[in-house]
Amino acid sequence: MKIRTLEQLRALEHELRAARDRKPCVRVCGGTGCRARGSEDVFGRFRVVLENEGLADAVEVKFTGCHGLCERGPLVSLAPHGIFYQSVEAGDVPAIVTETLARGVVIERLLAQDPITGKRVRQEQEIPFYRRQQRIVLRFNGVIDPTDIREYIALGGYRALGDVLTHKTPEEVIEIIERSGLRGRGGAGFPTGRKWRLARAAPGSIKYVICNGDEGDPGAFMDRSLLEGNPHSVIEGMIIGAYAVGATRGIIYVREEYPLAVRTLQIALAQAREYGFLGEAIFDSAFSFDIEIVRGAGAFVAGEETALIAAVEGRVSEPRQRPPYPVQRGVWGHPTVINNVETWANVPIILERGPEWFARLGTATSKGTKIFSLVGKVANTGLVEIPMGMTLRELVEEIGGGALPQREIKAVQIGGPSGGCLPKALFDLPIDYESLTEAGAMMGSGGLIVMDDRTCMVDVARYFMDFLRDESCGKCLPCREGTQRMYELLTAMCEGRATDADLDVLEELAQVVKETSLCGLGQTAPNPVLTTLRYFRSEYEAHIRQKRCPAGVCKALIRYVINAERCTGCVACVQPCPQHAISGQLKQPHVIDPERCIKCGICYEVCQFGAVEIV
Amino acid sequence: MTKLRINGIEVEIEEGASLLEAAQQLGIEIPTLCFHPGLSAYGACRLCVVELGDGRLVSACTYPVQEGLRVRTHSPRVMRARRMLIELLLSICPSSKRLQDLAAEHQVERVRFAVRDERCILCGLCVRMCAEQMMAHAIGFVNRGYRRRITTPFDLPSEVCRRCGGCLYICPVCEVRCQGVEAPSAVCGSCMTPAPTCPPVYEDLACYMGAAGECGTCVRNPRMPDSHSPTVAGRRVRV
Repeated sequence: MKIRTLEQLRALEHELRAARDRKPCVRVCGGTGCRARGSEDVFGRFRVVLENEGLADAVEVKFTGCHGLCERGPLVSLAPHGIFYQSVEAGDVPAIVTETLARGVVIERLLAQDPITGKRVRQEQEIPFYRRQQRIVLRFNGVIDPTDIREYIALGGYRALGDVLTHKTPEEVIEIIERSGLRGRGGAGFPTGRKWRLARAAPGSIKYVICNGDEGDPGAFMDRSLLEGNPHSVIEGMIIGAYAVGATRGIIYVREEYPLAVRTLQIALAQAREYGFLGEAIFDSAFSFDIEIVRGAGAFVAGEETALIAAVEGRVSEPRQRPPYPVQRGVWGHPTVINNVETWANVPIILERGPEWFARLGTATSKGTKIFSLVGKVANTGLVEIPMGMTLRELVEEIGGGALPQREIKAVQIGGPSGGCLPKALFDLPIDYESLTEAGAMMGSGGLIVMDDRTCMVDVARYFMDFLRDESCGKCLPCREGTQRMYELLTAMCEGRATDADLDVLEELAQVVKETSLCGLGQTAPNPVLTTLRYFRSEYEAHIRQKRCPAGVCKALIRYVINAERCTGCVACVQPCPQHAISGQLKQPHVIDPERCIKCGICYEVCQFGAVEIV
Repeated sequence: MTKLRINGIEVEIEEGASLLEAAQQLGIEIPTLCFHPGLSAYGACRLCVVELGDGRLVSACTYPVQEGLRVRTHSPRVMRARRMLIELLLSICPSSKRLQDLAAEHQVERVRFAVRDERCILCGLCVRMCAEQMMAHAIGFVNRGYRRRITTPFDLPSEVCRRCGGCLYICPVCEVRCQGVEAPSAVCGSCMTPAPTCPPVYEDLACYMGAAGECGTCVRNPRMPDSHSPTVAGRRVRV
């Protein structure tokens, strides 16, 4: 059916919502993390068990997008009870159906535990991980089935689009976005409204809007989760944006490595066409627009907008000089607006709730919320959405649940490989564009990696440089050769071969790469080096002068030894050693043969008594 | 016409011109490597970086002139950056006369990186020459990052190369490359011609790429197939 008027949409929305509220619903997380932990089996099992119990018509089962708390997956939430179960296995399903759904009995062992009080909590909102979040963009993630457009419509989806096309001029839309203070969520933070205004003013009858879904940072999955969990919010945002700038064609650039996101998008686009939200004369207005998917073949640099344009045009994704900016000359030479997935997803919400509401969230210069993928050495890893201006400490300690047992958090890497490492001393820094940039990091697209006392900052810098030397497109000299040379210098440091002079060269080179590279990738590539040098210089000096790795990570600089006083002679470490390097009798202190030891650290992990030490 | 100031001197130039052209109009010399007036600007070697009024360093060959722009072509920051870039270039192409001259001009006296003689700075001039002037598109870049190199599609002898020698002619650093000391590869036929094949005689020695041996000069090289070697689909193969 095609929706032609706002009244038709409202009628459909009421109808769908009424039907929706009628039955209880099981929502199984179908995000990539939970799928990897077996949520597809859980979902399948629910259908079988409900069928067997004769409840198939009485209870609805949905495979939703990412719930966020990936650490504890697979996650299952029950509506309307609001009960939130974690680490659910297929074997738990019969109990959930026969006890919770049929008799209303809560299964204690599947509930989340408050880390401080140790009490089991029933509701999602009671879990500290969710309590401190402000889920606005992610509000439907984990609630709706992303493969069914009616789910999105039932919760008010496409209402903003209908209102825009029937009641607002493009100028008014741009003005609303400007007033909201929305800035690009891809990293650089360019004001979205201003970008749209420039594109609208650019001459030309053909214009494009592009959704940049080339999320390539190691450990980042914000855009992926949005596209997988709520694709229509992105599509609706793009249609509104296209109307505002006068574009007739839209492109979603998404990486081939996200097969689930691609499939979800294909379904969503087909359904949006079927309902008339894409195609000719949308909402019976004079506005026609359609979106196609372009799949990227996996190059980090394709996230840079001029490289993305090259990729869309079928060329190798290599960046070019800006200006001209894409809003002046983009895809096939036509004015093009490129916004990140999360930016587009913010648009319908701003139109629906008003720019003033949006502008009240966040700080003076950074409005709204930001999604982060919280990973690394932290208790709760997962997908979080927080208001701008929250401090790093709140994010890491309260939402993230702090360090792993017996460890101490040392730093966070924020903003992906191009971001920077910020030390614990700066954890009171508010998360907004300006503060992060000033500290040498950047907002980036929202990757946040937590590091603890067992993370070597020189090794971290080397890891990111290894990533970047491979992901640099190689077009310009400073990025191609500079990242390679920085990697070589950092490797020398990690292996204890470096001198003080190397440290000076590294610093000098990093500065030049930052200043002279062609595109954003090269200009930010030295950030991991520059920030670790700025905040953790002593670790570099320990590697160079004392040939020592304070965190005990760099293999060339450490030795594993057994503390004879602590060793109980339990032989637990003897058998797992792949090199047979540990010798010793039962109840006698063991010894590691340094000649054979390959420093794999297995003995360190298995020792219950802390007798294996890194020196 | 667009008016801007370079090193404090006002210059007026037509819209769409580059900063490099504007500087040249004033007689200011900016070093370049990947730039050639007959080819599209590429902005890869970054040697022509200049400092803008807002503190950014941009490549003069690709940056379009803008009204009221203030540009410094030889500020201390620019010179420091150029010196580091030359050091990086020398570390991958130490025997190039052109790079050595540049180093001397910029007082680059040492290379602090492990030298890795690659005899190519990936400036892309040959690729653009082949595509834009010769319309052959016989060579291009493969891979990315530190693995990037220039070759023919699939490393196979090119079917579209006309052996014009344009790539060699334009290469800023290949004094060594064409002496035949390299192992045979897709780009270099390793034809072992007795002297560097220089542009004035390339019509006689047109064997830079692919089916080396056609001209007969290199038949003496035992490493190369002679004109009676077996052929596959009309193409001589190495035995």
